[in-house]
Amino acid sequence: MTTQNAIEARNVVKAFGQGDTAVRALDDVSVEIRQGEFFTLLGPSGCGKTTLLRLIAGFEMPTDGVILLEGQDITYLPPNKRPVNTVFQSYALFPHLTVAQNISFGLEMLGKPRGEIKQTTERMLALVKLEEMASRKTSQLSGGQQQRVALARALAPQPKVLLLDEPLSALDLKLRQAMQIELKRLQTETGITFVFVTHDQEEALTMSDRIGVMSAGKLQQVGSAKDIYTRPVNRFVASFIGETNFLQAQAQGNKARLSSGDVVDLDAAATGAVTLTIRPEQIRLADPADADALPATVTNLVYFGTDTHVHLALADSTEVVVRQQSPSTGDSGVVMGQKVGLRFAPGAAQVVGD
Amino acid sequence: MSPAEEDQIKQSARNGWLLSAPALFVLTVAAVGPLVIILLYSFLEAGKHGNVVWNFSLEGWQSILWTKDIFTDSYVWADAHLTIFWRSVKLSFMTTIFAFLVGFPTAWFIATRPPKARAFWLFLITIPFWTNLLIRTYAINEVIRAQGLLNTILMKIGAISKPLELVYTDTAIFIGMTYVYLPLMVLPLFAAIDRFDMRLLEAGYDLYASRWDILRRIILPIVKPGIIAGSILVFVPSLGAYVTPRVLGGGKQMMIGNLIELQFGQGKNWPLGAALSLTLLLIVTAALLYYVKVANGEKSHG
Amino acid sequence: MAKPSFQVARLPGFSTVAMLAFLALYIPILTLVVYSFNSEISMGEWGGFSWKWYEKAWANEAVKDATLRSLNIAAFAAVISTALATMAALGTTRRRVFKGQTFIYVMINQPLMVPEIVTAVALMILFGLIKTVTGVHGLGYLILAHSAFCIPFAYLPIRARLEGMDLTLETAASDLYASPWATFRRVTLPLLMPGVIAGMMLAFVVSLDDVVITEFVKSAGQDTLPTYMLGQMRRQLTPEINAISTGLLFITVAMLTAFFLLTRKQD
Repeated sequence: MTTQNAIEARNVVKAFGQGDTAVRALDDVSVEIRQGEFFTLLGPSGCGKTTLLRLIAGFEMPTDGVILLEGQDITYLPPNKRPVNTVFQSYALFPHLTVAQNISFGLEMLGKPRGEIKQTTERMLALVKLEEMASRKTSQLSGGQQQRVALARALAPQPKVLLLDEPLSALDLKLRQAMQIELKRLQTETGITFVFVTHDQEEALTMSDRIGVMSAGKLQQVGSAKDIYTRPVNRFVASFIGETNFLQAQAQGNKARLSSGDVVDLDAAATGAVTLTIRPEQIRLADPADADALPATVTNLVYFGTDTHVHLALADSTEVVVRQQSPSTGDSGVVMGQKVGLRFAPGAAQVVGD
Repeated sequence: MSPAEEDQIKQSARNGWLLSAPALFVLTVAAVGPLVIILLYSFLEAGKHGNVVWNFSLEGWQSILWTKDIFTDSYVWADAHLTIFWRSVKLSFMTTIFAFLVGFPTAWFIATRPPKARAFWLFLITIPFWTNLLIRTYAINEVIRAQGLLNTILMKIGAISKPLELVYTDTAIFIGMTYVYLPLMVLPLFAAIDRFDMRLLEAGYDLYASRWDILRRIILPIVKPGIIAGSILVFVPSLGAYVTPRVLGGGKQMMIGNLIELQFGQGKNWPLGAALSLTLLLIVTAALLYYVKVANGEKSHG
Repeated sequence: MAKPSFQVARLPGFSTVAMLAFLALYIPILTLVVYSFNSEISMGEWGGFSWKWYEKAWANEAVKDATLRSLNIAAFAAVISTALATMAALGTTRRRVFKGQTFIYVMINQPLMVPEIVTAVALMILFGLIKTVTGVHGLGYLILAHSAFCIPFAYLPIRARLEGMDLTLETAASDLYASPWATFRRVTLPLLMPGVIAGMMLAFVVSLDDVVITEFVKSAGQDTLPTYMLGQMRRQLTPEINAISTGLLFITVAMLTAFFLLTRKQD
């Protein structure tokens, strides 16, 4: 058997409202999510990522397009007939049931034999380390524990795909970081395909095998964390993930002339007016006398603990930010108004679309 | 929209109707439908011994305001009816205003208690609200009647030498209606005050307002929807009151409700009774529509 | 001692008026209760504590009869109206607003808006016609009428409960392979139950308290407790009425306390 996609969305459109007031939450989205991968849909709120998740879960139906699960068309299948489970943002634990009853709910609905339900429930409780809480009411649990019950409940029926709708957003920073590791562990242990929705780029970068960046109802770019960070396809992706500098330039071959008049090297040929992006940590401060360096003036210094951001102005006052490790002595090495040179490797400056 | 989505929406609406259908059926048979019957009866001829004769007639509607003089065959104003209308409207207004004057401070008091105490005071208002109207009317009657508590106490302390003749007067009906309908004023006022942001008062005092300014310029305008809701809730049942004027008015001081009953009893004029019922219904509907209009207006401002 | 701080929410005289209002609300009711235990027949004097009037009321066949009939009607009306109201509440909440929904609201709340006397008269005419045609004079007419005007009272707490319910719980159930019926039985209904019970208790109290509609709809010999009392009030008043009232009052307060605890517990 060839490797099949766990989920495939083809030209999916979802419009809310009718006629002129209709809003396209999803505008012709196509994506392939591979078997067993940790796939993250990343984007700002309102970009359509949750809508796409709800279409995969079956809570909504697309206005147009097709959704396939392991090659089968499930576009109009009701949610209770899809081997896909969801971890809800609010967890949606049943308040009238105990932890164990919550976890076994899906298995009971599938009509599994009693023994198997009991066994699986116990296994799930162990998996999320909540054995002692089995007979508690869910309202007696902490946020982190509720989160784990929600996970166990959704994993218990062994779905083909697990959907997670911003499941960590209600937790505080420490717990969130612990849960990120926990989630990754669960995914590796179970081998289930995870589709994770978040607006938090850090979450996306640390956990995902691949990331789909969304904006305004469109999928902007799909790729590994590294791909997306180092080779963003457009301005939106470059600025949404990490911090970056944008520079306007005229390109010819492997050279580009910036608006300040300086010339930089590119690692790919381009022509005409282009936008370049350079990550702040990829620029180094150099001696202004250095012939290859771009001349710049320090305009501001912002201290961030381990890092210091040096704000600079190029010859035409274009602003550039450089990230430096803060020196241990507390002396950043540069002062306001100082003239410096900027250097970076040829591949650092990337041409991006708009 | 895709056909599947349209189907889903259509099915949702159909389920909504199907689930509501049994309730709608019972309401049609035993609440709304019968109103059509009175409309029909109001245009029929009165039977000699009650009921109706199945002939079209406007007599029922005419006799709301005019009586046929049996000697001259001409129409004269039905003074008795006018007196009763006037009494109904007057007493209902008085009841509404007085219930507001007492109910507003009461609601304010409850809403400004700490949460636990608030639940207690609210419960104290709720008990009379759900207590049998007849029992409450009877209770107030026990207090104000000739040998009742009020007169006994006033005589004992020597404030009066002979009992106050309160029962079977308009005053008795007014006291009784204010008593029985007061909770209807307090509850919506409480709901409005409860939503009121008390920090606005701090802002008001900060800007040099006096207590009176605060009440008139800040509190009353903001809780106005609650005031209107409470007033309608008191005015509507007051106007249609039947039990309270019957017990406290002793059959002499009638209100519209009693006049309607009379037509179906001794009066033996069912078409008139039907026409009076519809008149009452129209006035009440107008009051409710006014309320809906004001309430919606407030909503669109906020 | 520290000076008391400035109280923004205090308005002069309001607390006094409120206290007087509570006294005015409770003194008549308490007087009624106290005098139900008076061994004298007159309100003027206190002849000592006695259960006499309760015994008298208990021995009165007409009172016993009316009490049983009241409870009978209230029980039927509460169950019927609550069942109908629950269905209607499920039909009118938590779905996309559909055409005619306002009409359904108006219909359901109609008994709250139309003066009771008007409905009473209308029902008397309609049921009178049916009684003449069919010759059937059972309690069914009263139960039907009561069921109708109890619907809005049962509907309100159930609807409130449904609207406060987290919709994602049902979404979660369907995600976990529950069919629509299983979702209703295993998730929606258990969570809705406090609202249903609260609605049923309100409906029961409202049916038990009704005077006007019952007075007009009842056939001969179908007195309920309130209509029996209304009839008695035309004649000589004795503390027997106080005793009956106190009994009815007791049922109402017990129901309300239960309702209060039930609706408070949910949060």
